[in-house]
Amino acid sequence: MAEPLEPGRIVTGGAPGETARDAVLARIRAVAVPPPAAIPRDYLTSLSPDVDILERFAERVADYRALVHRATSGNLAATVAEALKGRGARSLVIPAGLPADWLIGLGPGIERQSDDPPLTYGQLDAIDAVITGCAVAIAETGTIVLDAGPGQGRRALSLLPDRHVCVVRAEQVVGEVAEALARLDPHRPLTWISGPSATSDIELDRVEGVHGPRNLDVVIVG
Amino acid sequence: MKIALFITCFNDLLYPDVGKAVVRLLNRLGHEVEFPEDQTCCGQIHFNTGYRDECVPLVRSFDQAFDGFDAIVSPSASCATMVRHHHETVARHSGDASLVASVAEVSPRVYELSEFLVDVLGVTDVGAVFPHSVAFHPTCHSLRLLAIGDRPRRLLEAVSGLELVELPGATECCGFGGTFAVKNADTSVAMGEDKIGALIGTGAEVLASADTSCLMHLGGLLSRQRSMVRVMHLAEILASTGPAR
Amino acid sequence: MSGSPAGREPLPTFAGTPPFPEAARTALADEQLRRNLRHATTTIRTKRGRAVAERPDWEALRLAGAAIKDDVIARWPELLTQLEANVTAAGGIVHWARDGAEANAIVAGIVRAAGATEVVKVKSMTTQEIELNEALAREGIEAWETDLAELIVQLGRDLPSHILVPAIHRNRDEIRDIFRAEMGAAGRPAPADLSNEPRELAEAARLHLREKFLRAKVAISGANFAIAETGTVMVVESEGNGRMCLTLPETLVTVMGIEKLLPTWRDLEVFLQLLPRSSTAERMNPYTSMWTGVTPGDGPQAFHLVLLDNGRTDVLLDEVGRQALRCIKCSACLNVCPVYERVGGRAYGSPYPGPIGAILTPQLRGIARHPVDEQTASLPYASSLCGACFEVCPVRIDIPEVLIQLRTQVVRQHGWRARTFGEEPVAMRALSTAFANPGRLDLAERVAGGAGRVVGRRGRIGRLPLPGLLGAWFRRRDLPAPARTSFRRWWRSRSSRGES
Repeated sequence: MAEPLEPGRIVTGGAPGETARDAVLARIRAVAVPPPAAIPRDYLTSLSPDVDILERFAERVADYRALVHRATSGNLAATVAEALKGRGARSLVIPAGLPADWLIGLGPGIERQSDDPPLTYGQLDAIDAVITGCAVAIAETGTIVLDAGPGQGRRALSLLPDRHVCVVRAEQVVGEVAEALARLDPHRPLTWISGPSATSDIELDRVEGVHGPRNLDVVIVG
Repeated sequence: MKIALFITCFNDLLYPDVGKAVVRLLNRLGHEVEFPEDQTCCGQIHFNTGYRDECVPLVRSFDQAFDGFDAIVSPSASCATMVRHHHETVARHSGDASLVASVAEVSPRVYELSEFLVDVLGVTDVGAVFPHSVAFHPTCHSLRLLAIGDRPRRLLEAVSGLELVELPGATECCGFGGTFAVKNADTSVAMGEDKIGALIGTGAEVLASADTSCLMHLGGLLSRQRSMVRVMHLAEILASTGPAR
Repeated sequence: MSGSPAGREPLPTFAGTPPFPEAARTALADEQLRRNLRHATTTIRTKRGRAVAERPDWEALRLAGAAIKDDVIARWPELLTQLEANVTAAGGIVHWARDGAEANAIVAGIVRAAGATEVVKVKSMTTQEIELNEALAREGIEAWETDLAELIVQLGRDLPSHILVPAIHRNRDEIRDIFRAEMGAAGRPAPADLSNEPRELAEAARLHLREKFLRAKVAISGANFAIAETGTVMVVESEGNGRMCLTLPETLVTVMGIEKLLPTWRDLEVFLQLLPRSSTAERMNPYTSMWTGVTPGDGPQAFHLVLLDNGRTDVLLDEVGRQALRCIKCSACLNVCPVYERVGGRAYGSPYPGPIGAILTPQLRGIARHPVDEQTASLPYASSLCGACFEVCPVRIDIPEVLIQLRTQVVRQHGWRARTFGEEPVAMRALSTAFANPGRLDLAERVAGGAGRVVGRRGRIGRLPLPGLLGAWFRRRDLPAPARTSFRRWWRSRSSRGES
């Protein structure tokens, strides 16, 4: 009778000089596993054409208790200013490449900081808010995806400040996850965000806001 | 149509009235039923507990007993599941090609009673009278493996005088589970007590099901608690022509 | 622990868990535990039902998910080496570990080389499986769990009881008490007036952990998926503790079971639908982080990926059981399991509880190669085979089928061992013999009918002080007395009277 497997015990053994890599691969190769006949992909990869994608996106983001603002290119700056003011932000970090005209509505009450040269994490942690664009957004799941491209900054920027305002242009919104994946470059660091940070670890009672930004504002332009 | 009754070992010994009810019911609907006396057990208890070798002779004797019938009707969803879903596995395990062939021949002809009534005979109103309130427990095998769906409900709804009451959490397992009931008796009882708690809350006079095995467990708990709720097999209600004795 | 930061008494481990029926009995006696579990599982399975009902293509997604995972196992070496090459090309370092000890040694070496004496951790089933925290503690390295539920378990010197919500067995009052009593010894203390409000408890965790995130040099994570085609690794989470760990420290170590592969980037269109809806019952979890090697100027500048076997290649050996390798650790099967709902996770004696644990743990422990211990052998029987788990599994693992398969293995291995099985094998043989012959069955029924008349009262048998399995029936249940006339006798007499 074998003893129960103890995590500390090497059970696999192997020939002298055999690397773990060789051993694992050899063990797999010792068993012939037939491949599946085919991979059926009969699921939906786009939304039905009668769905208003922007409307669906706005509704799904709001479901996560993020604040959704609808804007036009004409009143975008005012909407951004309004969103930051509404969250009581007094300092703001601005990623490189963010269109300058998004910020022309900001009053003098908000201190602006650039991340060039890079701020320390301590400095970022002390900043109230961050504003970013995004790479793509998904209507069906209410998700925004950041890829650290222009106007988004490195990942820490949208993580440490407690308020995140994200501007989404209409043409960045796709219907389904499949369409978003097709637009994204997997070699960039990607952050998929669906609402503010949340936990249900206490009695399955949902609390918005743990470690990530506790306040998420999504401004949809178009 | 040559119809055989597959009584199941369980009903044979503990619930012969269920078998009698099936015979009465089918006769009333104008069908002759035969009882092949060579039948014993489908092997479910062995198969599900891991005794696959011991299961092989039972599958063989099942196929011999029921060879040549058009329909094999059973008042047990779980035994019907064993034959339809698992006899093939046992036959392949035996390595006996002739057993594999006979299972392929016999197993598809096995029907749980409500399937047989609704799908083969095409009846939902069997002309029964049962002036009592009834809660129906859809057993796991009937729900998830045989997928008999709402057939028992449709049959019960057509019974004259019967009041069907909703059982909260109806689709959850009652905790019987074959040898689970004794190998994990405490958990089994905990599940069963929650089920009868929900049942008693409905105020139903009768708990019905398509499996006497689940009813043996739930009935055993009710009996120990001196409850007045009776357990009855679906067949007994469908065969009934008046108030319960 | 061994792993305790303040060098206090050892933390409990799953070692020494008694066989399931005994562990279940202890759990069933805990009324508070049963209330907490019922509330939590009922809540989440209702939510899951809604999230899944929203997808008209759910079954198509499940079929695709199952096939993609089967394809991974069929092409395992090719895909693993492809992943290795792509991670390496993107600046990551790939390590291979045959078992937990090798993986733990690799991780400890990386932490030491980074000059760190503490690490922050993203919730990871794999590192629990190999008891990494305990191994690091033996090396003088403190490992801080940062998922809220894992933090509750760690501070409470407790064992996890659920894959997704490890502290599902704790209610808000218990959590408040743990935070008040334990946070101070591990870092920033909880406010003295901390209430039991989930919002306040979450805030206390935020403040307690933030200082750890900002100073940690090394983070350790698991992986939900890794894409062979691109070398991309990903973690799904809710709280942002994952993002903190995956972004802020200079060095990131990801310990990943070798079955967590997906062949292509496109495959995520299936799994990013299946996982969140099955797991947290959301359309999408709040945060998903994906990274490919290292990115200059953004996030960790050293990335180590540890590919862990630890019994996974043993799971491959059983052609029925190997479907367990499809598992994406969503925990939907736990939430619908009537057994899990009543006994909780710790009775399973493994970080993998519930139905999936009952089939995964014995296989990871090598049941396909050698006899397993009694506790492991009890796991395949910890199910009534009701099938609710298969119904919800997003990758269509037929858990009842595997349970029965493993029971067959257990019977073969343990044979007539009375310690494991008592009178059961004798009874099974006897039944098989009786059932193989209708004449013998008839005789047995007449004997039983006679015995029933002796011990039965009004058609039922009440309390019978029997030992063993039969006695287990009678402790809380009656039994109908065997019929005086079996059905077959009735039929025979009816036929002989010429009735039809």
